[in-house]
Amino acid sequence: MPETPLPFDPDSYASVAAGLLGLALDPAWIVPITANLRVLAAAAELVSAFALPDEAEAAPRFEA
Amino acid sequence: MSALALSDAATIAAAVSSGRSSAREAVAGALDRIARIDGRVGSFTDVLAQRALARADALDGALGRGEPAGSLAGVPFAVKNLIDIAGLPTRAGSKINRDRPPAERDGALVRRLEAAGAILVGALNMGEYAYDFTGENVHDGDAHNPHALAHMTGGSSGGSGAALAAGLVPLTLGSDTNGSIRVPAAFCGCFGLKPTYGRLSRAGSFPFVGSLDHLGPMARSVTDLALAYDAMLGPDPDDPVATSRPPEPAMPNLESGIGGLRIAVAGGYFARGGDPEAFAAVARVADALGASRTVELPEAGRARAAAYLITAAEGATLHLDRLRARPRDFDPAVRDRLIAGAMIPAPFVERAQRFRRWYRAAVLALFDTVDVILAPATPCRAPRGGLTHFILDGVTLPVRANIGVFTQPISFIGLPVVATPVWLDAGLPLGVQVIAAPWREDLALRVSRHLERTGVCAAPVAELA
Repeated sequence: MPETPLPFDPDSYASVAAGLLGLALDPAWIVPITANLRVLAAAAELVSAFALPDEAEAAPRFEA
Repeated sequence: MSALALSDAATIAAAVSSGRSSAREAVAGALDRIARIDGRVGSFTDVLAQRALARADALDGALGRGEPAGSLAGVPFAVKNLIDIAGLPTRAGSKINRDRPPAERDGALVRRLEAAGAILVGALNMGEYAYDFTGENVHDGDAHNPHALAHMTGGSSGGSGAALAAGLVPLTLGSDTNGSIRVPAAFCGCFGLKPTYGRLSRAGSFPFVGSLDHLGPMARSVTDLALAYDAMLGPDPDDPVATSRPPEPAMPNLESGIGGLRIAVAGGYFARGGDPEAFAAVARVADALGASRTVELPEAGRARAAAYLITAAEGATLHLDRLRARPRDFDPAVRDRLIAGAMIPAPFVERAQRFRRWYRAAVLALFDTVDVILAPATPCRAPRGGLTHFILDGVTLPVRANIGVFTQPISFIGLPVVATPVWLDAGLPLGVQVIAAPWREDLALRVSRHLERTGVCAAPVAELA
């Protein structure tokens, strides 16, 4: 079992995730989609690197 | 041409209310300019001449019978085409939505403006599904910046900014999820108000990112912003996030000046990553206001990243069925961003929403010692149309995703902002964000009005005809 995560592979991820989401991808769309995935992954890494207290709840509220 | 055609809303309302002019004259003047000029600007997607003239005649008749005039009597206005207009499908800049049934009634804000006497003359161009900062649209054609037709209007409320700068109407409505009112206001050189999240009803508008969407007015004067804002205030059970706070109108204190207000400039993240002109515009406004203090919004870069993630994920969720059924009917640039957004793992989005809670508390603490914060609206002047990449601070970046770097960290926590236009030289304008604490639109408008009155900010009509 690897001790570090495998590197993110946007091409293979996009193809697999598309199946899960029920999306039919034209092969010509893969490059721009994966470019966007890389930007999103970088944004997620930036946000995830910030230590939050466990008590920090998500912002949107629901009032019953 | 009618003398009213290039007037601001307050002037038109005063003329119509007093009987010096008629609503028909005001509306006909706007329709005439739209017919003569908009072919070059591309700001309107629908012109409602018959409806507008009928309402103008009805208003003139009512005023002739001595009925009271509203605060916006006879003022022609137009709305971004994601806001419902009875009888039209709400296209939201898309091809797909044209297949929707026509809206059964006008959106809430249209009804409130018309209740104050304003008259809707049409629907305005926008970036597809509001996922845009450029003002470009592959289905309806691009909106063009009236101050330099080869340049972008900014988006996604591109038509809302362009119609003002071209002098077609004095008042428009836009929406702002990440900067879509403030960016076109900056690029087109007009004023725009993004109110506090939840302040103005979004009922009867096509959504994009429910947890970030706002509607607001755009105009060529701050008084017009305030008049329209006041007319649209009030709770609305049809919008789940509309506040139940009582209306807090801005007009009563609009001319109060800046005495006693603590005003600071946003430093750190907001002082880098843009062209020098963007910061020069802020410096000019700060000098005029005597604002020498700098404050830092903590973790603003991370806030922008979190807003980016939430936008992509929520937007994709909204459109997933359409992405499955009609992917080729989207603007390719929008489709590819949305598909990538659909693939974001849920923990990333939830983390961004939790970070949002932390960031909100950290930024609100700043307002214990400051009333208004200044920041650039955009990192640059309006780029040329079609530009896909630009260089900011020495780094080559995609245009579409990065025009909103300075607006996203502000709307992320719903702060009220007035985008004010600054003309540094003979070139295109820049925008400065005048930011206040939640529910203090009155302060952002007061400061902006002071800047307008002292000649620091202005929204002239472009010389097109």
